[in-house]
Amino acid sequence: MYDIKALYEAESVEHAVALLVEHPEAQIIAGGSDILVKMREGKCAGKELVSIYGLDEMRGVSFEADGAIRIGSLTSFSHITGDPIIQEHIRVLGEAVDMVGGPQIRNIGTIGGNTCNGVTSADSASTLFAWDAVVEITGPEGVRRIPIQDFYIRAGVVDLKPGELQTAILIPKKAYEGYQGHYMKYAMRNAMDIATTGCSVNVKLSEDKKVMEDVRIAYGVAGPVPMRASGTEAAVKGRTVSGENVKTFAGAVLEDIRPRDSFRASKEFRQHIAVVLAERALRESIRLAGGEVDE
Amino acid sequence: MYVGKNVPRVDARDKVLGRTKYTDDLCDKSAYIARVLHSTIAHGRVVSVDTSEAEKIPGVVKIFTCFDVKEKHYFPTAGHPWSTDPDHQDVADRLVLTEEVRFYGDDIGAVVAEDEIAAAKALRAIRVEYEEYPFVLDVQEAMRDGAPRIHKNYPHNILKHTGTRRGNYEEAIKEPGLTKVEGWYDTPTVQHCHIENFICYAEMEGGRITVTASTQIPHIIRRIVGQALGIEWGRVRVVKPYIGGGFGNKQDALYEPLCAWLCMQLGGHLVKLDVPREDTFVSNRVRHAIRSHIISWVRPDGTYAARKLEAFSDQGAYASHGHSIAAKGAGAFSQLYPCDNIEVDAYTVFTNKPVAGAMRGYGIPQAMWAVEAHTEDVAARMGMDPVEFRRRNLMPVGYVDAFSRNELYDDTFNQCLDKAMEAIDYKRKYKEYQNQTGDIRRGIGVAVFWYNTAVWPISLETSSCRMVLNQDGSLQVQLGETEIGQGADTAYTQMTADVLGVPLENVHVVSCQDTDVTPFGTGAYASRQTYTAGFSIRQTALLLKERILKYAGGLTRMPVYNLDIVEGVIVRTTDGRRLMTLGELSTEALYSLKDSRHLTAESTSQIKSNAYSFGCTIAEVEVDIPMCKVKLLDIVNAHDAGTLINPALAEAQVHGGMSMGIGYGMSERLIFDEKTGRPLNNNLLDYKLSTFMDHPRLKAVFVENAEPTSAFGTKALGEPPACSVAPAIRNAVYQATGVAVNEAPVNPHNLFRRFQEEGLL
Repeated sequence: MYDIKALYEAESVEHAVALLVEHPEAQIIAGGSDILVKMREGKCAGKELVSIYGLDEMRGVSFEADGAIRIGSLTSFSHITGDPIIQEHIRVLGEAVDMVGGPQIRNIGTIGGNTCNGVTSADSASTLFAWDAVVEITGPEGVRRIPIQDFYIRAGVVDLKPGELQTAILIPKKAYEGYQGHYMKYAMRNAMDIATTGCSVNVKLSEDKKVMEDVRIAYGVAGPVPMRASGTEAAVKGRTVSGENVKTFAGAVLEDIRPRDSFRASKEFRQHIAVVLAERALRESIRLAGGEVDE
Repeated sequence: MYVGKNVPRVDARDKVLGRTKYTDDLCDKSAYIARVLHSTIAHGRVVSVDTSEAEKIPGVVKIFTCFDVKEKHYFPTAGHPWSTDPDHQDVADRLVLTEEVRFYGDDIGAVVAEDEIAAAKALRAIRVEYEEYPFVLDVQEAMRDGAPRIHKNYPHNILKHTGTRRGNYEEAIKEPGLTKVEGWYDTPTVQHCHIENFICYAEMEGGRITVTASTQIPHIIRRIVGQALGIEWGRVRVVKPYIGGGFGNKQDALYEPLCAWLCMQLGGHLVKLDVPREDTFVSNRVRHAIRSHIISWVRPDGTYAARKLEAFSDQGAYASHGHSIAAKGAGAFSQLYPCDNIEVDAYTVFTNKPVAGAMRGYGIPQAMWAVEAHTEDVAARMGMDPVEFRRRNLMPVGYVDAFSRNELYDDTFNQCLDKAMEAIDYKRKYKEYQNQTGDIRRGIGVAVFWYNTAVWPISLETSSCRMVLNQDGSLQVQLGETEIGQGADTAYTQMTADVLGVPLENVHVVSCQDTDVTPFGTGAYASRQTYTAGFSIRQTALLLKERILKYAGGLTRMPVYNLDIVEGVIVRTTDGRRLMTLGELSTEALYSLKDSRHLTAESTSQIKSNAYSFGCTIAEVEVDIPMCKVKLLDIVNAHDAGTLINPALAEAQVHGGMSMGIGYGMSERLIFDEKTGRPLNNNLLDYKLSTFMDHPRLKAVFVENAEPTSAFGTKALGEPPACSVAPAIRNAVYQATGVAVNEAPVNPHNLFRRFQEEGLL
């Protein structure tokens, strides 16, 4: 039994916007795997809900005219993992969302919900950060698109104004073409767990596979919201593929990240793991990109 | 013969089809919903409770606070058989609701509403004012002078201390050439995490109260509800339907007394109390965290000259099962590796934490963590092979315990070790994994365990059974021993069919216990259901058989000694002729105009024996040192549980216990905020119960030495599988890395700390 004041079912994106304008206190519900848990805990108890779950127009993976990959916000984790476009161009995102919860959650949970939640531990978020994702938001004023870094304002708060909902996540062509990446979720067990730290790395190698033309790295649970480690990226961008440079990369991480102590893990432990993950994820990304790390 | 065969579980089909009815399925929808108001301080006194806002919420029926409990009937909660000797009775320290708060989550009030939502809203709207006292969370801190006193009659918060002395420790350690090995070993507070949370409902009819509960111990609950309400025990009826696991948590009176009390306050209206998972972690029972200090004095030949154990058992806020747990562990220490000179001191100590009660293994998983970690340390220090060192010191064949009269009849330990070693290719792996370097290393570790079946001679052992023959020759069997998911009903069916001589499908074990009609029995605990029920099943079946054959003799004009029942047919043994079916006989008996009989039998067995049940675990791990992670590669348990009634169910039971042991060894622990005493991870996300993905394929192997004291050659297998898993994993990590982790679980947090201390990181 859930303490729901009222449930309004949207029939289109426009209708969803209208419902949200009409019921400014209402909360959006998609798969419900977060909101219903909060409701049970009493945090959102007694709220009105606007359900967008029936909006198939917000579901699925496709290409935009400019080659960007468009992931509808209602696309479930298991759909993303199995989608051929994802598998071919940004396989790591499919792998990352395959680490969320268990099979049932991955069937009901959506990538839009995962990001709109605003939590730092979301398994999709660090990979989306690391691939320069763009968030599409639809509201009473129309559609706007913002970089995912700007979408996250602070822990639990994202840039959704009254009447707005997230309708898609886009990966621009220049952000994925030629890149290979790897996501590592560090958790205390192998399923049904929240990331202690998550690290997503990707790399674009030169044609001869000797130089890291671009390296991107993002973390979950290294700060209040998911984050890019820009200093770390700068430390090795344009450098040769080598064991030493991989070490330099991993060592630079501690300057960028800001993990904290919690009952889930100590700051010191998270820092240690962040370094190990950075090194291993970069090595794997280089391997996937066809490079070889000389020791 | 059905005993020893893998017959399908009698309840499998209904459970798989979702037809099986559990407590919540049976409760009428007219029930009021009760929720418990828990304290949000760890120690203090409730000064006032403001329910005014909560009472305004639509759907709220009534709110009760601790101040509404006018008649203070203190009651004990432990699911032990009652003792008529006041000195052996459990400590009666609970009230249905308490003004004195002794842990964060204590029961200080209750909301009764028409539905769950109103109840939840009302709980959030209640304001409580407390007078706060200092609190203590650590077991040894609690024993110090000046520590906060949790119960006024227990100085230094010591619920009980027992000391055992054998030989002369102080003299023995003077022997020249001894090596001293000393260690401290800690086990965490963990919770049972059975699938079905505790739930019960109560209603009154004709001045009597019926409580239907998800419990392991219906007859004990009847007594405790009577004590808690201050009414005659015969006015209480307890019904136990199928339950979704208990693991010892439900071997305790949980909220049956409170639910019954609320029902009485409301004029007997049906009240349901369904505990949320979060509360289950805090306000039901947990496993005692035990800190052990062991000193061993070892001769150069690898034998023990003298040994000492101090164990500090964290009882939490109320007595529940109390010192029984630490005492059982202390007994295991003295017996597993017998030594002429022993000093054992076990303390059970109150702290301001959730109440510890029974949990699968009852002190033995804690004791084996300490003892088997220590054994590994001693073998390493002495430069001896860990298996050979154990073989040299383990309880020898023919050992008899002076108190219980338990005897080790067979070479169980060596047989189990041999079988487990073979199953996992131990010798090759052990050799291969010596002296590794690098970030990723493998190891293999052994741990044995001591366990004994049932509770005699500490407590009463009794079992009663009733068999009722139907017209068609089938029969109902009723027992006080409960099915709690372990497969007891199937074992009883097999046993009955064999002794009586009827086809398996003609035996209908009545699964549900109803204290109004079920013969008396104390329920599921101490891995005793199959052992204990076996006695009364054999005795009752023989009694019924005698009556049937006597009646058959009359009908067939044959002497009874020439008759037998074979697969449901009355057979003349002299020539094997089939005289009539049991159905024909039974129909005639019921409807006979000459000699009508209802053929039934009922009898009680008091059991004055008890049996050892031993075995071991071998675990193989891969340790990723920079990641501070252990991957369990392979694991095997070997058990001598005597004759297996149903090998497939026995294997399943071992798998379940191993899974519990894996969580205990690698990931589970309940943690508390040092500043407030608040539990921090009382949910299934943050409490790291292990998942399928954390398990390798679980292997179970058996040695079947028939137990001579047993009615069917069988003995304990419910709890033993959980007893040696955690230390085997710890010892495997030790072989892999050379790092001894003495604080369970061997999780990344503890490994990070230990690897730093040992210079691996």
